[in-house]
Amino acid sequence: MRALAILLLTAAPALAEGDLFIYTWGEYTPPDLVAKFEAEFGVKVHIDSYDSMETMLAKLRAGGAGFDIIVPGDATMQVLIAEDMVEKIDVFAMPNFANVDDKWREVYWDPKREYSAPWAWGSTAFAVDTAVVTGDVSSLAALFAPAEEVKGRINMLRDMNAVIETAQFYLGVPRCNESADDMKKVLDLLETQKAWVKSYDSESKELLVSGEAVVSMTWNGYAMRARDEKPTITYVYPKEGYTGWMDNVAVPKGAPNLDNAKAWVNFVMAPENAAMITNYARYSNGIKGSEAFIEPALAAAPEINPPADAPAPEFIPTCSPEATALIDKVWTKLMN
Amino acid sequence: MALLDTRSKDIRNLPGFGLTATLAVAFLYAPILFLVLYSFNSGRSISRLDGLSWQWYQAVFANEEIAGAALNSVLLAVIAASVATVMATAAALAMVRMKVRRKAAAYAVLNFPLMVPEIVTAIASLIFFSSVGLGLGFGSLVIAHTTFCIPFAYLPITARLTSMDPALESAAADLFARPWRRFTLITLPLLAPGLMSGWLLAFIVSLDDFIISSMLSGPGSTTLPVHIYSMLRLGITPEVNAVSSLMVLVSALVVITSGLIARKQT
Amino acid sequence: MKLHRLLLAPSLGTILIFMALPIAITTLYSVLTPAQYGGVIWKPSAEAYIRLLFERDIFDDTLTFNTDYLQILGRSVLQAGVATLLCLIIGLPTAWFIATRPPGQKSLWLMLVTVPYWVNLLVRTIALLLILRDEGPINRALQSIGLTDGPLPLAYNNFAIGLGLVSSFLPFMILPLYAAIERFDFSLLEAAYDLHANRRKAFFAVVLPILRPGLIAGGLLVFIPGIGSYLAPDILGGGKTLMLGNLIGMQFQGSRNWPFGAALSTILMAVTLIALFIVARRAAREET
Repeated sequence: MRALAILLLTAAPALAEGDLFIYTWGEYTPPDLVAKFEAEFGVKVHIDSYDSMETMLAKLRAGGAGFDIIVPGDATMQVLIAEDMVEKIDVFAMPNFANVDDKWREVYWDPKREYSAPWAWGSTAFAVDTAVVTGDVSSLAALFAPAEEVKGRINMLRDMNAVIETAQFYLGVPRCNESADDMKKVLDLLETQKAWVKSYDSESKELLVSGEAVVSMTWNGYAMRARDEKPTITYVYPKEGYTGWMDNVAVPKGAPNLDNAKAWVNFVMAPENAAMITNYARYSNGIKGSEAFIEPALAAAPEINPPADAPAPEFIPTCSPEATALIDKVWTKLMN
Repeated sequence: MALLDTRSKDIRNLPGFGLTATLAVAFLYAPILFLVLYSFNSGRSISRLDGLSWQWYQAVFANEEIAGAALNSVLLAVIAASVATVMATAAALAMVRMKVRRKAAAYAVLNFPLMVPEIVTAIASLIFFSSVGLGLGFGSLVIAHTTFCIPFAYLPITARLTSMDPALESAAADLFARPWRRFTLITLPLLAPGLMSGWLLAFIVSLDDFIISSMLSGPGSTTLPVHIYSMLRLGITPEVNAVSSLMVLVSALVVITSGLIARKQT
Repeated sequence: MKLHRLLLAPSLGTILIFMALPIAITTLYSVLTPAQYGGVIWKPSAEAYIRLLFERDIFDDTLTFNTDYLQILGRSVLQAGVATLLCLIIGLPTAWFIATRPPGQKSLWLMLVTVPYWVNLLVRTIALLLILRDEGPINRALQSIGLTDGPLPLAYNNFAIGLGLVSSFLPFMILPLYAAIERFDFSLLEAAYDLHANRRKAFFAVVLPILRPGLIAGGLLVFIPGIGSYLAPDILGGGKTLMLGNLIGMQFQGSRNWPFGAALSTILMAVTLIALFIVARRAAREET
């Protein structure tokens, strides 16, 4: 049993040649992708999962984690690079880099793509059950100025950054806001809204499908899965704006199996492999040519193909300490 | 007069106690039954029953990630509970039966893990293990779990030991020259219910732990709750129900077996 | 080496090295400065403790008294207290009942009580939520029978949190009580029963005082983890109210203020340490 083996080896983790330790979200890595990699490279892949970016960060910061691959979001990548916690693997020089879509090359968190490759990307907005919420829904007013029948059946994500960003979009104030006045307005808005919110729960798919929530903040992939089970669930791209995010593959500093890690990074940039990720996790990938391999129903889905008139998603970096302090203050007061 | 009391007036049968006990158990089981029911769901939902099917159990046996995590959790709990029980028994014997200087201080240390919030233990342990060079992984998990399990084993054992009549053991001292025989033949069997309580409590606590395991697990040693929590972002499926039901089944078997063995001995 | 020292060494040693020492480091962290992306800078600062009671304006540095965190602490204590009381009211009769069954039934009941706990707390808590909420079986049943018009708000509130805490911690009350009752000399009780008019009086006047160590053990095992509870308020409360456990967790996650989280934990531990010491004194006196 793997656990027994690790137990014997914990004093000095002498990890065998031909291994790859991936640390990622649960159920995010397609098993057939792993099998394909293992067959092609003769490497044994082990997957471990974390519950949040912060846990991953805390673990890497404390050192000695022994992982070869991590899958951080854009803002987290920014922190990791700033704190010198990832290996410079020069992704731009890898053979499969040519497949990376142009808009994902010069990204704010890794402008030269020296440290990370795209894994999947998506947006955070909201979804409604059109059976209950009638009329044209294209604005965040559905969340913040709800109709009578919606009150008490709203769900917000349990993510202080996501919730506050959404409020900031609605109010038209900047993200990563350092103005106490602006943030006071945000707090007032959220406190008013709280009376109509049933829960701050990231299990938005479950809530929408079961009918507990008729309007819910959600991620696009989740909305797609909800729609699979309840066809009246529609993902909305609000005209006021919404957040985009990208999860990236990177290699933590001191990874034991550096070459295998680089092989994996290159591997996931191939179109047919990126498509496997999309087919499994239901989020877009950043690789050209993968469309050919994506399931047709998925390819046409509105959740990963925004309408032409929808605004572009805004990718939000980690905020300054002042802004973070304000966010923390607003959230603490809101939750009190 | 006492001899003539009918059974219904026996203090063992206080009115309403049986009902309370039954309701308490029913309350504890409601979520479990719910879980088991939905593990057979033919649809993907964990709250809407579409039909019945074995598909999720098949998925569990095929899913290496979940199965590995569950196995890690159980193994960890067994080791931690057992080691903690042995340590706690020794400590209880010392505290209850022997003269210990600064008993209050020892008592405070023994119960120290109880008063530390899990999140604090988690972070503190993470920093500690990494800086000392022990690294993260199954070994660190065992150490951390054993540590916080000790008071959970200690309390029931002490409660039991305090109430045991020392006269029995002094009588045994007359019969058996060596303290070790006295211990194994008299003390230990009498202590058994306390030991069982202690082990079970420690086992439960270890199995349940999420935050500490999340912080200290390294490659290959993810535990079940950590894996489930990270699945939350992508959606929980009845697979989780299936794993949980299997764990209930396995544990029920373990407990029944140990109960049968215990009965054979008496 | 004296025998009692040898017996105590493993437990005390393990706890001191692997828990007390790391905690000491944490307390040290509470007087340091937070680093920008989490972690600490080795520069002393009392900011974390000031923050507990005061809010520092980020522009002009003035301090104003702030009850936010005190409220969270108060709420956590109250919630844990209520849960402990409920566990006592439900747990004591249950433990008594189990302990007074014939031996065969006894193990059966014990097994019944502990088997649910082999299911992970996270999963159990989610299951409880699914049962309680608007679209869950309870509300659906009530509405189909016609007892209620709309769904009752059983979930995403303090009621659900309380239920979750009781459900989580009930065996920690039952098992120590069971162990204490198990060794009871019931013949002692028959005699007491003769003296008192009825069972109930005998129970309260004679039994309860002798059960006190078990009651205290059970009470502590519920109350203390209860204050720092994380999953119940998170999942059953709908994430709408912060309790102490969540607040501390937040400092190591999104808020990235490790010293503050460390300070909160230190205060919490100090309070419970004092309570524990008082109880320990009495227990030590009773045992000798």
